[in-house]
Amino acid sequence: MMYKYFPHTADDLQSMLKAVGADSLDALYSDIPADVRFRGDYDLPSEMSELEVRQLFEQLGRQNRQLVCFAGDGVYDHYTPAVIPDLLARSEFLTSYTPYQAEVSQGTLHYIFEYQSMMTALTGMDISNASMYDGTTAAAEAMMMAVNAGKKQSKVLVSATVDPKVVAAMQTYADGLGITIEMIDEHDGATSLTDFGRRLTAGGVAGVMVAQPNRYGIVEDYTGFADVAHSLKALFMMHCVAADLAVLKTPGEWGADIACGDGQSLGIPMQFGGPYVGFLCCTEKLLRKMPGRIVGMTSDNRGQRAFVLTLQAREQHIRRQKATSNICSNQSLMALFVTVYLSLMGRQGLKEAAMLGYDGAHYLCDQLLQTGHFSLAFDRPFFNEFCLVCDKDIDALQQYCAEAGYMAGVKTGDNMLMLAVTERRSKEETDRLVSLINEYMNTL
Amino acid sequence: MAKVIEGLYYSESHEYVRVDGDYGYIGITDYAQQALGNVVYVDMPEVDDDVTAGEEFGAVESVKAASDLNAPVSGTVVEVNDALEDQPELLNQDAYENWIIKVELSDKAELESLMDAGAYEAFCNKS
Repeated sequence: MMYKYFPHTADDLQSMLKAVGADSLDALYSDIPADVRFRGDYDLPSEMSELEVRQLFEQLGRQNRQLVCFAGDGVYDHYTPAVIPDLLARSEFLTSYTPYQAEVSQGTLHYIFEYQSMMTALTGMDISNASMYDGTTAAAEAMMMAVNAGKKQSKVLVSATVDPKVVAAMQTYADGLGITIEMIDEHDGATSLTDFGRRLTAGGVAGVMVAQPNRYGIVEDYTGFADVAHSLKALFMMHCVAADLAVLKTPGEWGADIACGDGQSLGIPMQFGGPYVGFLCCTEKLLRKMPGRIVGMTSDNRGQRAFVLTLQAREQHIRRQKATSNICSNQSLMALFVTVYLSLMGRQGLKEAAMLGYDGAHYLCDQLLQTGHFSLAFDRPFFNEFCLVCDKDIDALQQYCAEAGYMAGVKTGDNMLMLAVTERRSKEETDRLVSLINEYMNTL
Repeated sequence: MAKVIEGLYYSESHEYVRVDGDYGYIGITDYAQQALGNVVYVDMPEVDDDVTAGEEFGAVESVKAASDLNAPVSGTVVEVNDALEDQPELLNQDAYENWIIKVELSDKAELESLMDAGAYEAFCNKS
């Protein structure tokens, strides 16, 4: 029986089995204990032709509705310049895996080096690695770095204003590693410095993680946090929205030891959850605790500039269980994506795009407050995302707007609605959202 | 042939202790630095840290490997060889001259479970 995607014939299988001395394929798996072997029929539907598969997906696709997006909550609808997907579609980029004979792939190493350089500039930190899978696992890796760098401290404090999705990923890793995560109280939408200090002095803390902007879109004042953490030998870590760092005070300026987050906001389409890219940056002092790939620039024996994977003695294929993490790969294609985005936008363009979102969000917020149906959830400065208290049925409100083609934010509490605005949202769209909401409120 | 010095105490993981009164200078042996190759980084503890016999107190990184440093004796770190931060290659130049940490020994009896020069030399020749 010939299968389109399996190249081996029955004769191929027979000769391979003969070469290894096995009677049958089952005999090949005889080392696997019987009680973990699956016995039964596979619950798989019958095969479909290419034509039928295409029809299926087209049918599924027709069920999608494209809404004008005013929702954020960690993933933002920024514009993707057309040249990026065009460049990334090159097979040298699209199909290559993370290089193991690394120095042969100078082009790959070169763009990763550019990526690293740009991320350090964006975050104000000394070092960046070649990227992590996404922002949530990047936070988990930061946590592991802190514990690895700390002298036998296995507790990490996390602000309650960090996105719960990020905390959940950190908790998954913490459970397996015997790390304790303790949450720091929030007060009116921001991290409580008092509670932070109290939990820190209780001892055993390797590091503390905060968010910027936080889960409510609020830009927090972290004055004093780094100093307090350092006075008790704990690392200060910040989980950030990459694009916002074009305007906000950088983790480097806040005195952070580690900066991490997701690079999705750097032009990567929302695409239903991924792929995105995580970034992880640190101070020079923590360089040897940094997990993952790091590309370095040097010169070869002819004096030509060359790129290499460097400091590999950190990595798990050499350090094994003593390494900070088991990661030995990166998210190259998406790292390339954000590198092209950053080089296209430049400092000025990044700032402009970010400020358009800031202006749009503040305009939307004012307009909605003026309707009289909302109040500000927190009396704090925000960037391009904000939370409103609404005493009407938020689900029904969102449903109403969706039917008119608008995604009215994310419901973050029984009475709380969180809205985000990016440079993609025009004033017309924003005004339309406000009038839709007004329409709905007037029907009640 | 790796150099072995009389009067020092040796561990099976190729660390040595040079006793000086109540203190001990701890480092890696010539055998160890030869096996490692060019040392590029030494991960050292800090002054006032405690080290425990048999437990890891740092690491030595060369171009090809990263090796843990195991404390041959227990004590409290009173001095760290800062020169190794900028010049880790000193360990290759002279492993015995360039000790890594100086500790205040907490239990001199531990020295008895270490090897003397002769035993260590025999140990190295066997491996």
